[in-house]
Formats: sequence, structure tokens, C-alpha cells
Amino acid sequence: MKTDLLKQLLADRSAQRTVVLATHLATGDQRLIHPGDGDPLADDATLAIQSDKPRTVETADGDVFLNVFNPPLRMIIVGAVHIAQALAPMAAMTGYDVTIVDPRQAWATPERFPEIRILDAWPDEALAALKPDHRTAIVTLTHDPKLDDPALQAALSSDAFYIGSLGSRGTHAKRIQRLESAGFDAERHCRINGPVGLNIGAKSPAEIAVSIMGQVTAALRGLAA
Amino acid sequence: MTTETRDILQSAADWQADGRKVALATVVSTWGSAPRPAGSQLAIAENGDFVGSVSGGCVEGAVVAEALEIMRHGKPKQMDFGVSNDEAWEVGLACGGKISVFVERLD
Repeated sequence: MKTDLLKQLLADRSAQRTVVLATHLATGDQRLIHPGDGDPLADDATLAIQSDKPRTVETADGDVFLNVFNPPLRMIIVGAVHIAQALAPMAAMTGYDVTIVDPRQAWATPERFPEIRILDAWPDEALAALKPDHRTAIVTLTHDPKLDDPALQAALSSDAFYIGSLGSRGTHAKRIQRLESAGFDAERHCRINGPVGLNIGAKSPAEIAVSIMGQVTAALRGLAA
Repeated sequence: MTTETRDILQSAADWQADGRKVALATVVSTWGSAPRPAGSQLAIAENGDFVGSVSGGCVEGAVVAEALEIMRHGKPKQMDFGVSNDEAWEVGLACGGKISVFVERLD
């Protein structure tokens, strides 16, 4: 590998840009493929990016290995509530870079969330700053329309691979009505997992966190759940 | 991509910046039950330091030895390991899987 190419690869990573390294296995010739740059192997690169799995492509010139460098997984949790105290460390352990968003400073404290990044901003501002991408999961936990709704609207306007929102069926139905009034039709709001989490009979905050983490993992790995 | 991958490539860049010769090994394909998935990487420095892994420790020795050769002549090589391979007697995979590893010099 050429030093300049490695430098570019490291720069792409630190800027959280998705990049694919294409290596011609017989000659060692390499190039970087960025989404949308019109590379001849763009379609295969896209498949590799979406599945987050490298692949080898047969070309007329020989086999080309496509290694994927996706940005890190992120989870944005809206609501510094009790369930968040279990979900945040669980997501961090699973490999997610976690951010808690809650403008209520009594909730979002370092004492309640040691080692977790906290943004005491309104969810719409926070999400505009965090720019969720196809490697981001967004979970709203406040039950409060003032906080959850702007977060969900921003989430639905992003490429987030998972959107989940805590609340009973009744709460969720009202939430959907509000989103429809705001112009988000069923085709868009169907991306929201609500009530949030897999149905495993979870009761305690930690169990609910497990059910959410299971559903996020299923979404990441391409299983409907 | 895991945090580990970040550290491996950064280590390779750091070693090279220190003026050391460096090689990179990448798992390009696996069959059966292989210990590390495709894309896993190992960075090797000329003094034999390495970070990362391409298997559960089964073939790293052979890969590092080849990497030291490749640092010298600069020609990349694809190495195959598995139970059906002659080399398996020396450095085979206990799990019964097969892996192919691409080894290259950092120029």
C-alpha cells in the first residue's frame, strides 16, 4: 500500500467518511472508492458498504478485494431517563459510540451517566449537529412529545438504520397521528419501531434495554424484527 | 469496522513515520469456520512487532515470516491456509476452516 493512500484512508476515517479500499490481488494495485465517485466497481462497493462486509469481485483483469471502512456505529438516545442508564452502557459495550440528548439538566448529569457523552440541547438542534448517518441508531425514551417528536422528525429525515420510540401502543398511535399532521406519511413513519424493542416480556429498565439492543442488532444485521 | 481496525492502520502509519519498514496482512476470504472474518488485519514492523490478527493465532507466525520477506522485495503475496493445504501440517487451522491472506508492503 502506498503511504499517500494510507494517509487518505486514515483521513477519511477520522472524518467519519465511508470508504472502500479496492485491492487487485494479483498485482497489489490499490485505489479508494468513495460513494458516488463513479468508480467502475461502485455497485459492488455499495453492496459491501451496506452489508458492512468485504467482498471479492471477479473482473476481466482478475480478482479485486473490496475492504469496507464504514464510520463507527453510533447510538443517539433522546431522554436521560432510567432506561437510558441501562441502554447507554449496554450499547457502548456492543460497540456503539453513544450520545445522550436531554435539555433537562437535572436528568442529564455525569453522575447518572458516567463515561457517556451528554448533550444538554434540544433534540432537533442536537440531531442537526450530530448528523445521523446509515450507521446510526436513534432511540427516543422521554414519552414527552415536546422532546420525542422533534427528534423523530429529524430521525425520519436521516439515513439512520434504526429508529425506536418508547411508549405504549396508545402513546405510539397518538405520536403517529401527530407525525402525520406534520406531513410524515405512513411510508415514512413506518421506520419507527414502536412500541420499542423486541417482545421478550421485558419489565425492568435493564430488560427493556436488552430488548431494544436486540432489535437494534437485528436491524443492523438485516433481520426484520 | 471495529475500533481495533483503526488502531492497526494507525500503528502501521506511526511505525512508518518512525522510519520502520511495515507490512500489512489482510484476510481476503474465508471458508468454513474461520477464526477471523474477511477484512481482519495484521500490521507488522520490521523488528517483528505486530498488532491485530488474521486468525486466532494459528497462522500469524507464518504470515509475519512472509511479511518480513515482502518488506525486503516489495512484491505482494496472497497466502492460503487450511486443512487441505500442505502447509496445514505446519501452520494449519485447528478449527478446520480455510483462510486466504493478502500480504503487502507499505511503500
